[in-house]
Amino acid sequence: MKYIIAMIRPERLDAVKRELQKLEVNRLTVSSVAGYGAQKGHLEIYRATEHEANLLEKVKIEIAVEDHFLQSVIEAINTGAKGNDGYIGSGKIFVLPLEDVIRIRTNETGPNAL
Amino acid sequence: MAIEGADTVWVLISAALVLLMLPGLALFYGGLVQRKNVLSSMMHSFVAMGVMALEWVLIGYSLAFADGNWFVGGLGHAFLRGIDAYSVTGTIPTYAFIAFQGMFAIITPALISGAIVGRVKFKSYIAFIALWGLIVYAPVCHWVWGGGFLTGEALDFAGGTVVHITSGVSSLAILTYIGKRRGFGVDPLKPHNVTLTLLGGGLLWFGWFGFNAGSALAANEIAALAFITTLIAPAAAGFVWMALEWRHFGYPTALGFATGVLAGLVAITPCAGFVTPMAAIPIGMITSFVCYKAVGLKERFGYDDSLDAFGVHGVGGIVGALLVGVFASVGGTGLLLGNTSQMLIQLQGVVITIVYAAVGTLLIGFILNRTIGLKVTESEENIGLDKTQHGEIAYNV
Repeated sequence: MKYIIAMIRPERLDAVKRELQKLEVNRLTVSSVAGYGAQKGHLEIYRATEHEANLLEKVKIEIAVEDHFLQSVIEAINTGAKGNDGYIGSGKIFVLPLEDVIRIRTNETGPNAL
Repeated sequence: MAIEGADTVWVLISAALVLLMLPGLALFYGGLVQRKNVLSSMMHSFVAMGVMALEWVLIGYSLAFADGNWFVGGLGHAFLRGIDAYSVTGTIPTYAFIAFQGMFAIITPALISGAIVGRVKFKSYIAFIALWGLIVYAPVCHWVWGGGFLTGEALDFAGGTVVHITSGVSSLAILTYIGKRRGFGVDPLKPHNVTLTLLGGGLLWFGWFGFNAGSALAANEIAALAFITTLIAPAAAGFVWMALEWRHFGYPTALGFATGVLAGLVAITPCAGFVTPMAAIPIGMITSFVCYKAVGLKERFGYDDSLDAFGVHGVGGIVGALLVGVFASVGGTGLLLGNTSQMLIQLQGVVITIVYAAVGTLLIGFILNRTIGLKVTESEENIGLDKTQHGEIAYNV
């Protein structure tokens, strides 16, 4: 099993969800996060004063998958998150090994619990 | 004079409208601070309703409006002595007049809180506004409206000098004394919720109709004039601020428009019942431009007027108090009608008020700092005042 963490631009979330739904991946966790990478930051204007905002809004998507789903899920996230342009700040996908999963209601473990 | 029912109704409703400006101010300021200080900032406005309303009826009203000398009223009406339900001021019950004026005494010190958010002990803030109400507000109110040396001389319809110059200049004075927020000029210290600020700005404008049109103290043609100028000047000012930002930064920001509206409201306050609606347009536009430039000064000089209490209320109040000397044409004449002496009187009132408010505020700040202390500790400031001063936080998971 693998644990996928993807950081994407907030405006691409709907597109990523559409791509995942095509694969019938119906389990995911989404959170609003902030961070920066090569992009560094952007300017915001409050009362005629420019503020450098070096923490950028991102959306973090977390999905646990069985190994044979990994490649197609990565492709789906990639397609949705990149859109037509894929400019700087489009995000990253991290893949982690996943040791075990436990479904709290039934105590099932492993792939059955996904 | 006999009591007029319509006048009484209008002044009572206006008084209630002005009180609604306090939650409006709480939202306006609350949205502009960091999320760890939102309750503390809103409490600055709310607690003024408790502290200042009491102080006003106990002693403030008397110091402002009882018979006294050129400088301050007497104690003849302390604890509202000598006033009962049948007392009359003009054409309204004296209780209505006291309540209406009391609303001004409540909101004026609360305006100062915008300059000192995020770094002042709550008990020191309460002591500050209470002392400020007695030492700065009541005398200046007496000068302009209560029979003091500017009464009948300087034009100040609804408090450009009494409310906005005093609070704005005091903001600058106290913030230079207590210093910056930690992280000012280094960390972003951005507004945590501009939507609250917009809603608060709208409530302020709504309440301001009572503030200005209520100051006619009658349901008459001057109230209607003050009402329409209170509609026009902020509209022109909001538009100008938005246009300036659009040109300089490429965006017409929401906070910019709201700030322009506020500057226009401040400027029209002294002018409201003395100028025509067509004069309200340049008054709003000029003030917006000047305040826009003034807000930028804190970047240049490095002082932390956190929510621009001086940049908007102080500067806007000064510009408005001078412009009424230019544009006055109803119940007084200004420069445009050839009356240069009015301009000099306005200037005199402005300068005296600036000096008095600054000195009085520094004195209060000095006394409080030497006794109960003004600022919170470094760690309290880092944690935020909501948790350290009030034991609660605005947003739970």
